[in-house]
This record gives sequence, C-alpha cells and structure tokens, in this order.
Amino acid sequence: MYVHDFVIYRSGRNELKDRPNYVVGARVREREDEWTGLMRSAISGDSTAYHRLLKAITPVLRAAARRGLARAGQPIDQSEDIVQDILLAVHSKRHTWDVNAPFAPWLFAIARNKLIDALRRRGKRVFVNIDDFAETLPGETQEQTASASEIAAHLNTLPARQRQVLQSIAVDSASIKDTAAKFSMSEGAVRVALHRGLASLTAKLRES
Amino acid sequence: MDTDQLIRTLAADNAQRAQPVGFVLMLALLAAAPISLLIFFAELGVRPDVMTAMRNPFFDLKFAVTLALAASAIAVSLHLSRPEASLRGFGWWLLVPAGLLVAGISGEMMMPQRAPMMTRLVGNNSRACLISIPLMSLPLLAAALFGLRHGAPTRPAVAGAIAGLMAAGLAATLYASHCTDDSPLFVATWYTIGTALVAAIGALIGSKVLRY
Repeated sequence: MYVHDFVIYRSGRNELKDRPNYVVGARVREREDEWTGLMRSAISGDSTAYHRLLKAITPVLRAAARRGLARAGQPIDQSEDIVQDILLAVHSKRHTWDVNAPFAPWLFAIARNKLIDALRRRGKRVFVNIDDFAETLPGETQEQTASASEIAAHLNTLPARQRQVLQSIAVDSASIKDTAAKFSMSEGAVRVALHRGLASLTAKLRES
Repeated sequence: MDTDQLIRTLAADNAQRAQPVGFVLMLALLAAAPISLLIFFAELGVRPDVMTAMRNPFFDLKFAVTLALAASAIAVSLHLSRPEASLRGFGWWLLVPAGLLVAGISGEMMMPQRAPMMTRLVGNNSRACLISIPLMSLPLLAAALFGLRHGAPTRPAVAGAIAGLMAAGLAATLYASHCTDDSPLFVATWYTIGTALVAAIGALIGSKVLRY
C-alpha cells in the first residue's frame, strides 16, 4: 500500500467527519494537489506515478458511483462497472487534460459524464452534482467489494493475441518484457496489442 | 477483471500518447478540404469580375465575416473538447462574426445606394447560396466531427453545432468568392440560414458521435 492511500482507514470510520470544515477542506485540497502532481509526472512518462494516481482516485470514484446508484434506487453492486468505465475514459482521454490546469475538475467532469451515462443506460434520469465527487471525504471511501462484469464480457470478444496480452499484464501481473518473452513477441508488438485491446474495450463500453 | 488489474494494464499502457485534439482536427480538415474545393470548382468557380470586386469593401467584408466565423468556431470547439470546459467566458468569440456583419450593415446604410434595401437583401443568388454552403460544408463537417471525437466534450450536441459553424464558415469563404451579392444584408440573411442549417446537422450528428 502506498502512502497516498491515506484515504482508506482500517476502522472504516470517517475520522474527518468530526473535524471542523476547514480541516476537511484542506485535506481535500491537499489530495487534489497531489493528484495534479502525479498526473504531471505520468504525462511526462512516469508509469509508477500514473499507477499511484489511478489507485488514489479509484476509492473516490467508487464512493461517488455508489452514491449515484443509491440515489437512483439502483443496486450499488453495479458500482464497479462504472468505476472501470470511468478509469478507461480517463485513460483514453488523458491527452485532453491541460498540464497547467488542476487535475480534479477534469477528472470529476469525466466521472460525472460517465456516471450520468451509466444511470441513463439503466433507465434512470438523475441529476449528478459535481460536488458528489469533490466532496467525497478522505476516509469515507471503501475498498472494492462488488465485482465488475462488463469489461470481462467484452474481453472475450477481443482477438486472441490482444486478450492474451491483456490477461498476462492484468491477471498474471507480468511486465511488458515478460509478456513479450512469454508469447515470443517484440516488446513493441506487446505495447501495440495492449493499446489496441484497451482502445477496443473502451469503444465497446461506449457502444453498449 | 477486477479494478486493480485494470489499473495495472492502464499503467502499462502509459507510454502510448495520443496526439492533441487540435492536431487531429487540423489534419482532418486538410484531408476534407480538397473535396469541398472540388465541388466549388466543378459547380461554382470564382466570379469573373473578382479583380474589380476586390476593390469593393463589402466584397472583402464577406471574407472577414466567414473567416472570423471559422476561426472563432475552431477556437471554441478546441476549448470545448476538454471535459471540464463550458461555453461561459468563451462563447463570446462566436459574436465576433456577427459584430462584423452588424458593422457592415450599418456602414452600408450610411452610404447612398442604387438598389433599395429589399432588393439588396433578396439578391440574385439566394438559392445557390442556400444549397452551396451546406453542400460544401458536409465534407468539412465530417472532418470536424472526426477531429473533435478525439476530444472529450461534455455537451456533444453543443460541440457538434460548433463543428457545424466551423464547416459552414470555411464553406462560406469559398462560396463568397463566387457570389456576386456583396450586400451585408444578403450575407446576414442567406449565409446565416445556410450556416444555421449546417449547425443543426452538426448538433444532431454530434449528439451521437461526440459522446465518449
């Protein structure tokens, strides 16, 4: 676990709720500044920073997705599909983030858009406030409990090579290099297969 | 695939970097421009008296208006391709071409004219204008939508309408060099109707294809 995962408390109790507002605001701002820093490093090629950033934003996205589903009267066990949908959109649209702008407003705009979309697809028209994301307090967030099924279903429709590469990296946590050795491919070919696989998963989620 | 696994694959794909939206939009417009030019030269062509017409400030004003429309639509659409962006603070750019037109109309009003106002407004080419601008816009609209698909607009219909303004502004620039009606009243009427049509088509298609 990284230092940045300070949002998760073992007790599950929200210790910040009892503090005065300015303390909470400062913690939220501090968290968002940290995201911006990580995203800048990610854009300049630091994949570890990118991994940390995605890990750090996920609990916040999850809490907002659950809240949105609950408000729409939907079972919250679908929240993980929404979280993954948002993460894929963040990934495929990250070139639209301006490195001189703060990261959180960009992230929340994408997340809100995806959440509205997801609720609409389930036949619910719900007003999603951007504050649902911004106001998710450190400590209020939880670990993944529900499982996701949409990506897994689409994964099976990918060409065999792309699926193997994705599974090798995702499930077996192999590096690009190890994956290349395993399938006797070049590292470049692994990167291309990975990128195409993710791009077509993104496209399939958009169509569904 | 659980979320941690997905995050691992996304991080592994970090090295792949997409081109900026502006670059893709520019390439797409450059690819579509020859089609619109082909339609223009095959069906319309530059008006024969273009050399003398260029000395008429109202002929030149047509280009100022249409190019201002295209340029402001490009600027606004690139702004809107960012998910957190809104029209607020940026939408006034689209008023620049309208302002130029209003200035042109008041200028024309102050000068002695041979033809009465309604004659200038109706002109001789209204039908050609209403057909040509949307027709030459279509390839450019397709290109603009393709380019903007690369972005992440929060309101796809609005972004699509602005793609329509961009395409119509460029097509109207071509058309302006063919049309012999130079009165700003003609431009304000028929060009605007043609442009509105393209913007409506853009909004309709954009609301489908610009979702991400």
